[in-house]
Amino acid sequence: MLTLTCPCCGVTVEETELAPGGEAHLKRFGPGSSDEEFETYMFARKNPKGVHFERWRHAYGCGKWFLTARCTATLEVFGSYPAQTTEPPAELIAKIKEKRPGWEGYK
Amino acid sequence: MRRYSIFAVAREALRYHSGWEKAWASPEPKKRYDVIIVGAGGHGLATAYYLGKVHGITNVAIIEKGWLGGGNTGRNTTIIRSNYLQDPSAAIYEKARSLYEELSADLNYNVMFSPRGLLMLAQSEHEMRGYKRTVYANNLQGVETRWIERDEVKSLVPILNIDGPRYPVLGALYQERGGTARHDAVAWGYARKCSAMGMDIIQNCEVTGVRTARGKVVGVNTTKGEIDCNKLAMVVAGHSSVLAEMAGFRLPIESAALQAWVSEPIKPTIDVVVMANLVHGYMSQSDKGELVIGGGTDGFNNYTQRGSWHHVEQTTRALVETFPVISRLKMLRQWGGIVDMTGDRSPILSKTPVEGIYVNCGWGTGGFKAIPGSGYAMAELVAKEYSPLAADFSLKRFKEGQFIDESVAAGVAH
Repeated sequence: MLTLTCPCCGVTVEETELAPGGEAHLKRFGPGSSDEEFETYMFARKNPKGVHFERWRHAYGCGKWFLTARCTATLEVFGSYPAQTTEPPAELIAKIKEKRPGWEGYK
Repeated sequence: MRRYSIFAVAREALRYHSGWEKAWASPEPKKRYDVIIVGAGGHGLATAYYLGKVHGITNVAIIEKGWLGGGNTGRNTTIIRSNYLQDPSAAIYEKARSLYEELSADLNYNVMFSPRGLLMLAQSEHEMRGYKRTVYANNLQGVETRWIERDEVKSLVPILNIDGPRYPVLGALYQERGGTARHDAVAWGYARKCSAMGMDIIQNCEVTGVRTARGKVVGVNTTKGEIDCNKLAMVVAGHSSVLAEMAGFRLPIESAALQAWVSEPIKPTIDVVVMANLVHGYMSQSDKGELVIGGGTDGFNNYTQRGSWHHVEQTTRALVETFPVISRLKMLRQWGGIVDMTGDRSPILSKTPVEGIYVNCGWGTGGFKAIPGSGYAMAELVAKEYSPLAADFSLKRFKEGQFIDESVAAGVAH
């Protein structure tokens, strides 16, 4: 069973306590944007086989959103960080690069 | 290709079965094909078959990274139905279901299609209204379904607990001509016919890159070398996003694990397919006697073909309440497949931003039932650039907002 650590309350919990929220760091487009921008924001997803940055909510705990880096090919979890950021922390990127030398990087 | 028949069985019986030939050839890839289909699952093989049969295109290669029919075609719960709400869905799923009826004769291969009837239980007022609406829609679409009351449900499925205190059965959406088929046989039957038409099925050959020039597809790089093509059809279900990334575009797809499991074999107990979408479970009995059970999809991106344990637990718990008689059964084995989910839970059969590349994906949790119809429409799309069955399932719908919303009508599990 997938276990993640919530960076808000610091506890490590099983996935039944969490609600998945899909790809993280999406750039929002709203009224006034073009059809392409809106479509990309709403639907187009990286869906990588490998390192994935994603949103989770500690639904049956503190209730807060947080972000996680996880490998979709092995289910290995690299780490979690608070949702109040526009890109993953540098030390997490470095940690992933160490574990996955062939990884093309975030973006 | 030698025809399978009762005479063939008699002939081989007289000579110790020494004369059976391989069902399909395993050739090395040629340098160039008119059409390359990536993915030798049901949908890919069906696309190839109808390309040859209906459109006369036989210079075709079907490339498969594992063995044919080893992905979701070999991992589903084999349910066939066409009781969808929206017109475009009903059209393509009903096409598929009607092709299944003749498929064994068409392929000269017994796909064991069993139109045993399929029930979708209504266990809340909301579901009851939804299914009645689906019945009316189906009647307008020419899909034969009807609403049946709880007494008739009980007579069709005597082991069903219709008075469950939490989820009483209020009635059901009944499609008499829905049922099951033998999933492996569908892939094998198509493969045998494709091979007989001169198509190359290349197994253990992974696509590692897609080559394009001036916005048009040129060929693919594979673990068996470069292969050129005029047209490329990507029919790879859960790995669609990976292949699209190689070709330089993104799809509105997320891959997740969906699980199924079977019980130990028991005497004939249930002779229809029962789906209980409110409690997230569906069950039928295989010809071997095992109860085949499926549940809900995981909520997070996953390529591992291993799902989360709590889905097995929740679905089994719900089905034990629905069918109390199964409570002492042992479960034999459990497995997972990677399903390609779209936002509106409808498939994508479409041209792509790259000229000459076509995608057939997004069948999500319910692709098996659609195999013949999907292949038929996809072949038409590849051969003629347009298919009336596929027109509404284009990628354009995500930009235009013309969704084919089946997430409510079909429930989660199908």
